[in-house]
Amino acid sequence: MSDIDLTSRPQESQRLSLERRPFELRALTSGVLTGLTWGIAILGSIPLFSVIIMLVAEGGARLDIEALTALPPAGFEMGGGFANAIIGTLVMVAIATAISVPIGLLAAIYLAILDPHSPLAGTSRFVAKTLTGFPSILAGVFTYAVLVINFGYSAVAGGVALAVLMLPTVVLAAEESMKQVPKKMTDAAYGMGCTRSQVIWKVVLPTGLPGILTGVMLAVAGAAGESAPLLFTALFSNYFMSELMEPTASLSILIYNFSSMPFDNQIELAWAASLVLVLIVLVFNILARLIGQSKV
Amino acid sequence: MSATAEAMAPRAAAFSPIGDAVIDCQLQKVFYGDFLAVRNSHVPIEKGKITGFIGPSGCGKSTVLRSLNRMNDLIPSFRFEGHVKYHGQDVYGKTVDPVVVRRYIGMVFQQPNPFSMSIYDNVAFGLRLNRYKGDVEERVQKALERAALWKEVKDKLNKSGLSLSGGQQQRLCIARAIATEPDVLLMDEPCSALDPIATRQVEQLMLELKERYTVALVTHNMQQATRVADTTAFFGVDISGGGRTGYLVEMGETRQIFQDPQEELTKQYVSGEFS
Ligand SMILES: Nc1ncnc2c1ncn2[C@@H]1O[C@H](COP(=O)(O)OP(=O)(O)O)[C@@H](O)[C@H]1O
Ligand SMILES: [Mg+2]
Repeated sequence: MSDIDLTSRPQESQRLSLERRPFELRALTSGVLTGLTWGIAILGSIPLFSVIIMLVAEGGARLDIEALTALPPAGFEMGGGFANAIIGTLVMVAIATAISVPIGLLAAIYLAILDPHSPLAGTSRFVAKTLTGFPSILAGVFTYAVLVINFGYSAVAGGVALAVLMLPTVVLAAEESMKQVPKKMTDAAYGMGCTRSQVIWKVVLPTGLPGILTGVMLAVAGAAGESAPLLFTALFSNYFMSELMEPTASLSILIYNFSSMPFDNQIELAWAASLVLVLIVLVFNILARLIGQSKV
Repeated sequence: MSATAEAMAPRAAAFSPIGDAVIDCQLQKVFYGDFLAVRNSHVPIEKGKITGFIGPSGCGKSTVLRSLNRMNDLIPSFRFEGHVKYHGQDVYGKTVDPVVVRRYIGMVFQQPNPFSMSIYDNVAFGLRLNRYKGDVEERVQKALERAALWKEVKDKLNKSGLSLSGGQQQRLCIARAIATEPDVLLMDEPCSALDPIATRQVEQLMLELKERYTVALVTHNMQQATRVADTTAFFGVDISGGGRTGYLVEMGETRQIFQDPQEELTKQYVSGEFS
């Protein structure tokens, strides 16, 4: 307000007021919009919470020691569990991580540091971004054509299919967090007499590590829940795995198989397995958050 | 002589140090791409002394300093004519490894830039890089003591270097730079991000450092130059050719530069007529 006159005292009626006026149009609009946002946020979280509540209600009852340690039941059998599927999922996710993290890191180093502006880097970046939205079943078909046709269904093939899905996420997250490392820090490293590879391994990677790990954890969480690519690659097995080159059970395929069976026992187990799968994904997501927060 | 040739000629008599010059830096022309950033500057760095670089911003102080340890190699458009000799060896010689040069000629930057690791690891970084065989712990403590930081951090050596205050971070960077006992220390406006108290601490530190090292110090602050520099090089900007090219106007003993400048430009600058 430029027309405040400080030379003479204002009349009571024209005195500048700093009081809150709740019924002014501006305040009313603000109130309505705030309320609306709240409403929509609650609406949006209803499906999310219903799924979790349903999983806990339906799956929680059967989630006991037997479910976690026994093999899947056949036909009319009672009891049983899905221990082999838990192991299979963890093993295949581990294989996928072991493949995608080293390759993804090296690719990210190339993209972020070695040659960020080259045509190859631009193309790779574009492909990686496209692949993050890739239908996951195609990763399965791809691995089927490349591996399964020659070597049969196996945990390794399942791991490779999941690795194909994880790779773009790992590359893009790692590139992003390496780019976040301030230039003054790499300058300091060069100033100390580091070679370029020493700058990368001793300064850029450790500094970007929290962000890289966050990306890896999110990719792992995504891969653990995938079923389509495993259908073509790992298939399923009713027994504990004895080697990596045989058909292997996974939680997601078990859920898929059991939920369509006409037996109550299997359907209950599918619910319990779903709950376990969600818990596994949740653990990796929480880890990703914790690691992300430890960023300095 | 044509007007331009006259402008290009060195104006002051070349400064020759009384003692040994550790670095003999003769920059005829320094370019960033097509831009001539610095010309005609002969800046010898004398052993065991603090050589201060002063001048208005953009006159090429950092450019000259960074050419001494080949930090400018990191800028793709950089090229220069002239030579930089370190103990008689050509720093830009074909067989010279810039990484090795930087291990002898250390650097402290304008912005404090500790690594995102513990205080201890920051100081031990260069020792590990050089595969130091002796007692790393002892060297770390000594470097922190010399950087006047030991008392403040001795109980939290495992805390991140980034958790320190700005002044402490800068002293940590100094400790990191001196832990490997480099021969020469280049400091590019090391106090510009610091408050007055931290500035005095770092200045005190520089005076102690010159007992063991040779220091080249860029500063925007003339009082700082008078307080710590033994020799001062004053750079100016030449805008006659349409560009902004920095050059060495005058170099001499600090007292002479400030009390008895030989060049009109120096006189104007040290009396605060422009900055
Ligand atoms: N990386 C660079 N690329 C292009 N020009 C640069 C670069 N660094 C500095 N310059 C230019 O060189 C001149 C000298 O810069 P600098 O050495 O930083 O001056 P000072 O440190 O004295 O302020 C300035 O005109 C600046 O714009
Ligand atoms: Mg500068």
